[in-house]
Amino acid sequence: MVDDLFLKRKAAQIRKDLIKMIYEAGTGHTGSSLSNTDILTALYYGVMNVDPKNPNWEDRDRYVQSKGHAVESYWAVLADKGFFPKDELSTFSQFNSRLIGHPNNKVPGVEMNTGALGHGLSISVGMALAAKMDNKAYRVYTLMGDGEQAEGSVWEAAMSASQYKLDNLIGIIDRNRLQITGSTSDVMSNEPLDEKWRSFGWEVVEVDGNDVVELVNTFKKAPYASGKPTLVLANTVKGKGVSLAENVAGWHHKVPSQEEYEQAMGELTKQLEVLQ
Amino acid sequence: MNNVALKANSGNKIANRKVVSDTLLGLANVNKDILVLTSDSRGSASMVPFAEELPDQLVEVGIAEQNLVGIAAGLAASGKKPFVASPACFLSMRSIEQIKVDVAYSRTNVKLIGISGGVSYGALGMSHHSVQDLAVTRAIPGLHVMMPADRHETKKMIEALIDYDTPVYLRIGRNPVEDSYLNDDYHFEIGKAVTMKEGNDITIIATGETVRVALDTAEALQNDGVSCRVLNMHTIKPLDEAAIIKAAKETGRIITMEEHSIYGGLGAAVSEVVSQNQPVPMKIIGIPDEPAITGKTPEVFNHYGISAANVSRIAKQMIGN
Ligand SMILES: Cc1ncc(C[n+]2csc(CCOP(=O)(O)OP(=O)(O)O)c2C)c(N)n1
Ligand SMILES: [Mg+2]
Repeated sequence: MVDDLFLKRKAAQIRKDLIKMIYEAGTGHTGSSLSNTDILTALYYGVMNVDPKNPNWEDRDRYVQSKGHAVESYWAVLADKGFFPKDELSTFSQFNSRLIGHPNNKVPGVEMNTGALGHGLSISVGMALAAKMDNKAYRVYTLMGDGEQAEGSVWEAAMSASQYKLDNLIGIIDRNRLQITGSTSDVMSNEPLDEKWRSFGWEVVEVDGNDVVELVNTFKKAPYASGKPTLVLANTVKGKGVSLAENVAGWHHKVPSQEEYEQAMGELTKQLEVLQ
Repeated sequence: MNNVALKANSGNKIANRKVVSDTLLGLANVNKDILVLTSDSRGSASMVPFAEELPDQLVEVGIAEQNLVGIAAGLAASGKKPFVASPACFLSMRSIEQIKVDVAYSRTNVKLIGISGGVSYGALGMSHHSVQDLAVTRAIPGLHVMMPADRHETKKMIEALIDYDTPVYLRIGRNPVEDSYLNDDYHFEIGKAVTMKEGNDITIIATGETVRVALDTAEALQNDGVSCRVLNMHTIKPLDEAAIIKAAKETGRIITMEEHSIYGGLGAAVSEVVSQNQPVPMKIIGIPDEPAITGKTPEVFNHYGISAANVSRIAKQMIGN
């Protein structure tokens, strides 16, 4: 059992790591990465069976990051877990680096190359279906954005997951209610998301997507019904943890100035100090 | 013709996407049938001012590129003049069946503006690069394909497209490009290459942002006593075959340059014409058959030899000096 304080501290530390990466590289998806940091922390430190020393272990749980643009949180977690040396984070987005601005499976720990939205769930259906065919116990987790729900391919995948009774598949929606242009309800409303997913044959669980402990417990209880895929509707705050970026669409891929960087790091350091 | 090309260093800070947006805004104020369609892409397309000034003429579809092109086809079939503005990578790949069937095959007059094209998304990687778009779009009957060199040409191209009744895929980059033209005081015609510089020893045929590199190459060659012609092939389809055959006859050697895979793009199009009409030695410069290296556009160009230094060296080799 990992303790709650450890998880919370981990999430704050990952936030610091990703803000530093983005600031130094001068590029990155600040708001998007902060939004799903708690989800990634919960999966990698409290839920998934993975082995950084043996990243291709055949019984490992699979994670596919369909919202590939939030890669900074992913690189920070993989480095911290030991999939690659932490000092490599300083090469993020630099000439000839393998740590590009989207998941890249030349890097140990990354299953699939993503970046074009609306692909991850289909890939995960394939992985979950293979597990059923091979009688394997591994689970497949996929993280999607809420703006991403506008892609038709998401719903093609949703239909196929329930058709094949993939109760080893857990879809997660980072529901921060923002996308690049602004609020998702203004750009292309997708509500009611819970009813949509239910009508596609999924078990839907709604959680506070920035509560790392609640997330771990929610993931661990899956599947919620035998023969049904699980959809975790994670209500989040885009930019979570850095007050100037919270709930501001413009921070989707904004890079902090020096002043903003110092403020952000100051706030995150305080959050860490409180968690003793 | 010789005096249309600018020597170098215009110091331009305006990206072509901004020119597309400003030009369309001006025209759409007058012609209410002109519509812009976006897929959570209005920021990247510099279309925010358009959306604010003419909200009734902007159709937002969210992150759904297939729906985007399908809706545009339906609007065009109902008398509208839709301009779709979405990243070139998604527009030319995700929506390609809608482009082939709903636009080109059904002959709906949709203008497809691929933004942030080529490798201009830099470190975002292959999912965001579009270096196969010329290959796929030019193989579709009934679709024309264009790529402007700089802001002057972008403006002329957009103006020409308003009353052009064939669907078009037009690709532009994300970042400001140095000017290739001195100013906009030159004749622009869809399907007619522009001779940016006369020359007798060799011809470089370039398109889009590599036209600037071609001009720099020709200047370097000039200093070494080599007379290099530069053709700006802003229209990839319909291709100006006459200009290519003439260059092959008169200069005997051709180099092509493009921000695209070496397969299926401008180099392939030119070699189809050269090999069947006037075979001469050719060299195709572009992105090799691999996911492009991580880096900013100039780093990527240099890495793959899309540079005056490398291309002038190749030109001299071909000439034999
Ligand atoms: C197919 C495709 N279209 C467009 C994009 C460009 N894009 C990157 S992130 C993004 C917005 C995503 O919003 P959302 O899914 O809500 O994710 P968030 O960052 O809010 O978690 C868009 C449009 C893309 N990566 N892929
Ligand atoms: Mg969102």
